Amino acid sequence: MFAIEAVGISKSYRFKKQEVKALNDINLQILKSELFGLIGPDGSGKSSLIRILTTLLLADEGTGFVDGLDIVKDFEVIRKRVGYMPGRFSLYPDLTVEENLQFFASVFNTTIKENYSLIKSIYQQIEPFKHRRAGQLSGGMKQKLALSCALIHRPSVLFLDEPTTGVDAVSRKEFWDMLKELQANEITILVSTPYMDEAALCGRVALIQEGSLFKVDKPNQIVDDFSPKLFGIRSLEMFRLIEDLKSWQAVYSCFAFGDSCHVIFKDLKDEVAECTNYLLAKQHQNIEIFQIKAGIEDCFMYLMKKSA
Amino acid sequence: MPENYLIEVHNLTKRFAAFTAVDNISFNVKQGEIFGFLGANGAGKTTAIKMLSGLLNPTSGDAKVIGFDVKTQAEKIKKNIGYMSQRFSLYEDLTVFENMRFYGGIYGLRTIEINTKADEILTVLNLVNERNVLVKSLPLGWKQKLAFSISILHNPPLVFLDEPTGGVDPITRREFWELIMEAANRGTTLFVTTHYMDEAEYCNRVTIMVDGKIEALGTPLELRQQMGASSMEAVFLSLARKSSRREL
Amino acid sequence: MKQFWIFVKKEWLHILRDRRTLLILFGMPIAQILIFGFALSNEVKNSKIAILDHAGDDISHKLIERIEASKYFEITKVLSSDSEIDAVFKQGAIRLAIVFPANLSADLYHQNDVQLQLISDASDPNVGTTLVNYMSSIINDYQNELIGFNKLPFTIKAEVRMIYNPQLKAAYNFVPGVMAMVLLLICSLMTSIAIVREKEMGTMEVLLVSPLKPTLVIISKTIPYLVLSFINICSILLLSYFVLDVPVKGNLFLLLAEGILFIIASLSLGMFVSSIAATQTAAMFGTLVGLFMPTLMFSGFMFPVDNMPIPLQWLSNILPSKWFFNIVKAIMIKGLGFSAIWKETLILFGMTCTLFIISIRKFDKRLAL
Repeated sequence: MFAIEAVGISKSYRFKKQEVKALNDINLQILKSELFGLIGPDGSGKSSLIRILTTLLLADEGTGFVDGLDIVKDFEVIRKRVGYMPGRFSLYPDLTVEENLQFFASVFNTTIKENYSLIKSIYQQIEPFKHRRAGQLSGGMKQKLALSCALIHRPSVLFLDEPTTGVDAVSRKEFWDMLKELQANEITILVSTPYMDEAALCGRVALIQEGSLFKVDKPNQIVDDFSPKLFGIRSLEMFRLIEDLKSWQAVYSCFAFGDSCHVIFKDLKDEVAECTNYLLAKQHQNIEIFQIKAGIEDCFMYLMKKSA
Repeated sequence: MPENYLIEVHNLTKRFAAFTAVDNISFNVKQGEIFGFLGANGAGKTTAIKMLSGLLNPTSGDAKVIGFDVKTQAEKIKKNIGYMSQRFSLYEDLTVFENMRFYGGIYGLRTIEINTKADEILTVLNLVNERNVLVKSLPLGWKQKLAFSISILHNPPLVFLDEPTGGVDPITRREFWELIMEAANRGTTLFVTTHYMDEAEYCNRVTIMVDGKIEALGTPLELRQQMGASSMEAVFLSLARKSSRREL
Repeated sequence: MKQFWIFVKKEWLHILRDRRTLLILFGMPIAQILIFGFALSNEVKNSKIAILDHAGDDISHKLIERIEASKYFEITKVLSSDSEIDAVFKQGAIRLAIVFPANLSADLYHQNDVQLQLISDASDPNVGTTLVNYMSSIINDYQNELIGFNKLPFTIKAEVRMIYNPQLKAAYNFVPGVMAMVLLLICSLMTSIAIVREKEMGTMEVLLVSPLKPTLVIISKTIPYLVLSFINICSILLLSYFVLDVPVKGNLFLLLAEGILFIIASLSLGMFVSSIAATQTAAMFGTLVGLFMPTLMFSGFMFPVDNMPIPLQWLSNILPSKWFFNIVKAIMIKGLGFSAIWKETLILFGMTCTLFIISIRKFDKRLAL
């Protein structure tokens, strides 16, 4: 039995006279205790999918199961068992840290004491501020509080919708460390995020764009499955380099990546030599071309471009 | 002033009661630079930008933007800059063209100029068929690119971009930066804040703010070498970890 | 059930920590009663009038004395000729002029018939008529004194009794009106805002994905406003009694019970608005325009319903506030018991139940997207 299962889920929204397809035939199977990432930009359908799985929205087509329970028929039971942290954290800003936690504990008919061990390492970081109003906490602390509130009833499945958006880089790292620890407690976690680098921290990921999944696998596997040869290219003038490469017919894709650009060629016998010649002719200096291993972001962009 | 500095900041400070949001920062931005302003939330980035764009009065220190003093000539500054932020960009219930007309009008462009510019932008962004479409129905990536183009509609010498690429897909992010680099190529100076560390690499120079102070200033290469780090992200993390403000 | 009380407790915390709104919730009814009571009044007191006494005899002097003694009139101008009348009205210095004819006593004793001229500024017709009525009643009283022992044959007199409100105090009308308005405003507006705020903040999602039944979530939000409104009823009644001299003639408990019924109706209206409003601003707008304004205009509080065109009278009938207004007037002012208002109560009860059930049903177990 899967912890979370989506079978052919589709969902459209009506906007003026147009139908916007938010989710298109989504099929997913997530195992118990997995740390599963749903990776995709804004508008890709992540929030819609999570809301459907947490029984907040009804899908137009398809079915879903959480812990073996039907998301439509058994929604009341599911709601007792899942933890949910929507975007923007949903805390009560005028209640204190402690009051928020107590409230959510009582909503689930439990007390802070009962499951304290589960949230201890998280809550301890904000405990010194327990009498502060939640509205006055920094982004990172709100995140920790919201996570504690979502865990306080020891759910078997945890849904986190973009929990790291708008939070500083250090807190983001800490948050993922906390998630890894939770896995050890046999909690299945589905996290959505627009940050590609966070994909590498998950056990498995689903890449989603414009309502469709285009890859579901372990991050390592996705990278290994990346078939084309990827090259990193540098020269003295980055901007002109990108322009020149993009206008060259031999180039399939060229994207800036920090201090170099990542290029996939169409069909060259000797990429390094031919490219160097091309760039020299364009009067580039300090040319460096080297083959590199693809990262998740490269894979995402390649798959995105392919499906366009 | 040996070079053509578009922004000059000397000991700029902003205090809100007992809290010092921006603590004695100094830096200069040359014309045509892409200047990256990095830092965690709460480090003081947004406050600094607000002071430089004439929206907030400094507590002490000076700053000149395009030669105008931020304390006394704020209105002149506003006329000559472009501004785009992630949170606010365009009016969703107006069409693409209506937004252009509106912003063009605000900056005093004549109708002919607006029409010409609009055609240019629509062609470059491949949005010619979307001229009369409500912004609300555009995908996020297109909206962001459009917002940027509109912010430079009036050809300002300096543009402030506050976290402009949040949440968009990776391809759009790069297309966006290509637009930025193109603008820099044409001589526009761009002041960008971002929390995507790889984007720091696209900037000519970068500063990193921690607890209201500037902890690093230089080209990405210089900073990486200084901190012995392999990436800007590593540079940022090692500086940000020192922050005491994070616990607030 | 314990969870339900946890929710109620949380709602109380929200309300108590929002000082500004709290001020409005408690201060508004008090302010309204005081303002209506003292500043805005439909009564006309101390109106400036002019006297033109051609007679100058015993009768005219006695009448003038009576007029002077009346709190409704203040004699500010004593005129000496007819030509001055026009001018003094044009100046706006007076509202009413009374002209005594030259042969007042002579005509009265010999012909048994005399006419006094009352000229009233009718640019505000209500005021104009009211002043004429006041003056006429003073004259009639005096006339009755005069004829005292001389019983005239075939006299048809109209004996006027202003029952329930002999002093024609405006307060008797508006205290029930203010009560209806305040309760409606607080219950519907505040409840709808509280619910929608939860939606806007995003916490509603988390609450929905919890074992608590959604209906209980909503109802828990209304409980604090129920209590607050009850406190407001009491403060309105206390103020009316001690400050404005408006007593509760009928059964106090009946009044309070009807008040609670109306409160529940208003709360249901608030819940209903919240289920269709996506933002707090929309909720506010919906309650003010959709509920409050019609109540103000069509419940009979400010304008008499019977004077309105038939369609608007029907509109008036679907407003719970109209029925409540009548019920309160019946109990407070007329001192009637349940037997007199059972029909209105039943209607109000029916409305309340319907509204309550519809609102609960309408509240989605899921997000409406």
